[in-house]
Amino acid sequence: MNRQAQAVLLFLVGVAVFHASVTDVYLRYVKAGLRPLLLGAGIVLIVAAIATVWYERRRLRTTQDNQPGHAHHREPRVSWFLVLPLFALILITPPALGSYSGMREGIALPPPPGFAALPAGDPLSLSVLDYAGRAVYDHGRSLGDRPIKITGFVAYSGDGTVYLVRLLLNCCAADVQPVKIGLTGQIPPVLEPDTWVEIIGTYTGHQTKDPINDGVIPFINVKQVTPVPAPPDPYDSLGS
Amino acid sequence: MTTAKAAPPRSEDHDPDHRQGWNFDSLLILTMILLLMFLLQGPIRQGLSAPAMQSWMTVFVAVALQALPFLVLGVLLSAILAVFVPPSFFARALPKNPTLAVPVAGLAGIVLPGCECASVPVAGALVRRGVTPAAALAFLLSAPAINPIVLTATAVAFPHDPQMVLARFAASLLVACAMGWLWQRLGRTDWLRPAAHRSFDGLGKGAAFWGSVRHDVMHAGGFLVLGAMAAATLKAVVPASWLHTAANNPVVAVLTLAILAVLLSICSEADAFVAASLTQFSLTARLAFVVVGPMIDLKLFGMQAATFGRGFALRFAPATFILAIGVSALTGAVLL
Repeated sequence: MNRQAQAVLLFLVGVAVFHASVTDVYLRYVKAGLRPLLLGAGIVLIVAAIATVWYERRRLRTTQDNQPGHAHHREPRVSWFLVLPLFALILITPPALGSYSGMREGIALPPPPGFAALPAGDPLSLSVLDYAGRAVYDHGRSLGDRPIKITGFVAYSGDGTVYLVRLLLNCCAADVQPVKIGLTGQIPPVLEPDTWVEIIGTYTGHQTKDPINDGVIPFINVKQVTPVPAPPDPYDSLGS
Repeated sequence: MTTAKAAPPRSEDHDPDHRQGWNFDSLLILTMILLLMFLLQGPIRQGLSAPAMQSWMTVFVAVALQALPFLVLGVLLSAILAVFVPPSFFARALPKNPTLAVPVAGLAGIVLPGCECASVPVAGALVRRGVTPAAALAFLLSAPAINPIVLTATAVAFPHDPQMVLARFAASLLVACAMGWLWQRLGRTDWLRPAAHRSFDGLGKGAAFWGSVRHDVMHAGGFLVLGAMAAATLKAVVPASWLHTAANNPVVAVLTLAILAVLLSICSEADAFVAASLTQFSLTARLAFVVVGPMIDLKLFGMQAATFGRGFALRFAPATFILAIGVSALTGAVLL
C-alpha cells in the first residue's frame, strides 16, 4: 500500500472512530469511559493522515521522485486488513450483544461488597445486577414485599424459561457476562427475545441453577411487563 | 515467440517510464474495494444477519475499537522516543550492566498507564534507540500488568482477596525479569528484526515524527485487526460449558485459564473482572489468567510479530507462555 492510500485509510478510520464516539454508537462496543480516548485517537489519526499527505507532497516537489513510497522500503501489506473494521463500523454497525451471547454463558454474579439501604419509592427502581445480588446473597431480606422495577432484555433458555437479562461490560464487548433473573407470575404470552422491557414485580425465594456454570439464578414474581426502547448504554458495569 | 515474450518485462524494469504501466496503484485498489463494499452492503448485511455472525462482528469491532486508543497512545510515545529523545538519555537512565538493567526496566513498567497495546510500540522504539533488548523486553512484559490502573482494577475486581493484587504484581514482575535474563543468555540479535525506520533519518523532525506514527499505526493496526478476528472467532466457537468441567482438576484448571487468556485477548485493564467472575476456578488458576493475558495473547502475538519480526515472536511467545504459567503456579502456592 503506498503512502497516499495509507493516508486515505488513516483518514477514514479516524473519521469512523470519531463519528462512533460522538454519537452513542461506541456504547455498543466499549465502556462509556473510553469516549475521550476514542475521540483523541480519532483526531490523531486524522491529523496523521493530513500530515502524511502534506509531507508526501513536499517530498515529491523537492526530490522529483515519481515513485511515491517505493524509494525506501516496502510498505506493510498487512495494513490492508484495516479495511475490515472500517467496513464493519461504517456500513454494518453491528448491534450490541443480546440474548444470543447472554444465554451462551453462565450467570456472572460477584458478591456485592455490601447492601446499602434502599431509597424510598414505589415502585423501587433496581438494576438487574442489584436485584440479583440482593436476592441471591441477602435472600431478599432488604427487598421484602416492595414492588420493584427492573429494565433488561428478554431471553429464553433451552427449556423455555423466560429470563430478564442485562450484560455486564467491564471494558469492551469481548468481556461481557450475563446477569439473569428468571421470570414467573404474569408473563405476557408473546415476548420476543431481545425485546427491551421494564418489569414490575416482587421478590420470590424461588431459584434455579444455571446449567452452564452451576451459578444461582434468582427469580422475580412478575406483575406487569411493559416494552421500552433500548437504553443508550445497553450494558451494566460493576463500577457504577 | 517465447523469447520475445520474456524479454519485455526485463527491459521495463530498467525503463522508469514503462514501470507505471501495469503497476496497480494501491490508491486505486483501495477506492475500488470501498466502492464495492458500499454497493454490496445490502447482500453482505443479509448474509451476516444470523445471531452468531452478528455477535462475531460485534466482538470483532469491540476488540479493535477498544485497543485502538491504546495503540495510538503507544505509537505517539514511541514516535516521541524515536524522534525527540536522544539515545544518550537511555544510556544514562539505565545501568550499564545488562543484568541490572533488566529489573530496572521491568520496574519502569509502572509508569506506562495503559494496556498491552501501548507497550509493544514503546518497547520497539526502546530497542531502536539502543536500549539493550533484554531490558526492553522486560519492560514490554511488565508494563501492561503492573501499572497503577491495572492494579487498581484488580483490587476492585477482587474485593475479598486483596492478596491477589500483590500476587499479580510479584508474578508479573518476576516473569518479565526472568524473560529479560533468559534473552540475555540465549537470545540472538538476528532473531530480532525491528522494522526499518532508517528512512526517516534524513528528514526534519515533523516529517520523521508523523512518518513514524503513520507507519506504526498501519503496521501494528493491521496485525491488531488479525488478532481481533481470531479472538472474536474463538469467543463465538468455544462453549462456556467446557470451562465448567475443566475447573475440577487443579492442574487442568491452571492450564485452561492460561490458554483461555491467550485466546480471548482481553485488555489487561479488564481481565481482572473476567477472572473474578470465573468463580468455579481456584485463585491460582485465575492468577495464571491475569499474568499470562497481558504478556501473550493472539493480538499481542500479531503486534509483536509486526514490531520485532516473526522469527522473534515464534520463539518469544511460547517461552513467555510456559514461564508465566510456572511462575503463576509458584506464586499462587506461596501467596494465595
